Amino acid sequence: MARYIALRVLNYTVLLFVAVSLAYLLAASSLNPRQIYALRQPPVDPDVIETILRNCNISDNVPLLERYFTWLKNIFTEWNWGCSPTNGSVNAEVSVRVWVSLRLMIIGTLGGVVTGVLVGAWAATKQYKAPDRVYTLASLFVICTPSFVMGIVAQILAVKANNALPWRIFEFVGETGSVDDYPMAAFVDRLQHLLLPTVVLILVTSAALSRIQRNLMLDALGADYVRTARAKGLPKRKAVMKHALRTALIPTGTYVAFTVAGMFVGATYTERVFSFPGMGQYAVDAILKMDINAISAVTAFAGVCTMCGAILSDIVVAILDPRVRLG
Amino acid sequence: MGNSDTLDEGPTGDERPVGAVSGTSVSISEPANVRLGRGKLTLRRFLRNKLAVIGLIGILLLIIIATLGPYLLPWGYLDIDKKAFLKPPSAKHWLGTTQAGRDVLALTIAGMRKSLIIGFLAGTIATGLASVVGTAAAYFGGWTQRIALWVIDLLLIVPSTLIIAVMMKGGVNHDYAWVVLALLLGAFGWMITGRVMRSMTLSIRNREYVLAAKYMGLPPWKIITRHIIPNISSYMIVDLTLGVGGYILAETGLSFLGLGIQAPDTSLGTLIGEGARMATTYSWIFLTPSAILVFLVLCINAVGDGLRDALDPSSQSGGSAA
Repeated sequence: MARYIALRVLNYTVLLFVAVSLAYLLAASSLNPRQIYALRQPPVDPDVIETILRNCNISDNVPLLERYFTWLKNIFTEWNWGCSPTNGSVNAEVSVRVWVSLRLMIIGTLGGVVTGVLVGAWAATKQYKAPDRVYTLASLFVICTPSFVMGIVAQILAVKANNALPWRIFEFVGETGSVDDYPMAAFVDRLQHLLLPTVVLILVTSAALSRIQRNLMLDALGADYVRTARAKGLPKRKAVMKHALRTALIPTGTYVAFTVAGMFVGATYTERVFSFPGMGQYAVDAILKMDINAISAVTAFAGVCTMCGAILSDIVVAILDPRVRLG
Repeated sequence: MGNSDTLDEGPTGDERPVGAVSGTSVSISEPANVRLGRGKLTLRRFLRNKLAVIGLIGILLLIIIATLGPYLLPWGYLDIDKKAFLKPPSAKHWLGTTQAGRDVLALTIAGMRKSLIIGFLAGTIATGLASVVGTAAAYFGGWTQRIALWVIDLLLIVPSTLIIAVMMKGGVNHDYAWVVLALLLGAFGWMITGRVMRSMTLSIRNREYVLAAKYMGLPPWKIITRHIIPNISSYMIVDLTLGVGGYILAETGLSFLGLGIQAPDTSLGTLIGEGARMATTYSWIFLTPSAILVFLVLCINAVGDGLRDALDPSSQSGGSAA
């Protein structure tokens, strides 16, 4: 199994390298940061612009491949992802923002996956009864609502709730706000700011996942081995948990890998709506400001997220499915 | 499909027809000796699903509004009413105006039209690409398959939203930017479907009729279009329908971030993005396009689910084909 996982990791690493290189080449060839200076008043001296751009290795007067190799060399020799004339060093920005994003994404993904699996499996055991019908409608509704709409609706409701209640419960701008003067105030403040974005992320992740889980679970519940387990006298709960759910979890493992990639994009909207200074916000700003180096770094981060998800799902599948583990 | 909770009912759960694979078991319950074609059967099954029918009516209604709306409304979406900046709904502007004095109702309808066109275009492109690559990869096997799978893996690991945004930012500012956006959405959205189609083709590639066609000397592209694609067409139809909803969401997402459709052109996403900035105080700009968007995607998904059930009655699990 270690060999199997190692081969997968190797494969993903090659893919990641190619993907990030392509993203760099694409961004470097289609975006021109010189345009940012074209509208400046008073106009900037062209020589000064050229010097600034060359310092950051983004001047379009340098051949594309030469820029690419300089960029690669800096990453592999000094772990330096470059800089941008407006935002400074990419390393510095990313090292702060990564944690903001990860905090949001890890809680959101884990919460979403656990909720999704449980709700989906539960709904399957109640097929065509009232709880299942309510669940089906609700999940369909959530799936069809983009996360930014959900986030903003949450904000509108939060404002209403805050106005109706004697104290402010919901905070929705940024990561931290004004901190009151009582023990643990800073921590409570952070939690308040995390609450709404996390709820949105959990809802978005769990809705899609639970639909898949429900379908898989229905197949598993109708399977012969579950009936056999029941026939030999196993209580329903045990038959469902040990025989049905375990088998139904295997394809979910694969699906989760793709969720993690989608999570990053989903988190971008959530970060945007709730003004979280994370990687998603950075990505949007980078594209708007034509910041080539930052775009490549964000692509790499998103790729690593996908890769981690894929490897994790390989491991989970290997643990759950003896055919993969032994074969 | 009356087979409810098989686990609870034990032995009675076995009463469902065992061979419910083709449409035969359904036609048994119909009045005697009436033979139904596949198309009619599918239609009947589809009409039985209330949610799907409501969805279909909803979509048709929205399409009609999107096409006829501009001719019936007092305001065009580019018109600016200099007497009404950021005004709430009134008799003059039924759904209010934006900060620039544009009519929200007209904007919403224009945006819906653009989002619909982009969704259908991108969905068609993606399903087409997926079926070509997926079937070819499985039919030819060998290196074709290896390369195709590798490309699929590569495209899956690239954050497509970012790449599309970069390409949109890099120079497409002309009137037909939305066509480019639709093309890009399709080109970066086909991979998972392509994989499913590959595995479906693998399972029919060695059937007798395919082999027979092959030994009669039919060229590969003819075998694929005549013998393989018709057999996976029901999956393609469902994928196309659900895809349209997905691409509408993708388009609105990008436009919401300011990276897709740019003003003065409009789409539901652009409009939601504009409304989002002041949603907690001036919520009408945000609420209408959001409600339309959610309703539209709900309808599309309901139709997609209905089609899936109608085309494949044996399938209890919709999305597990991998």
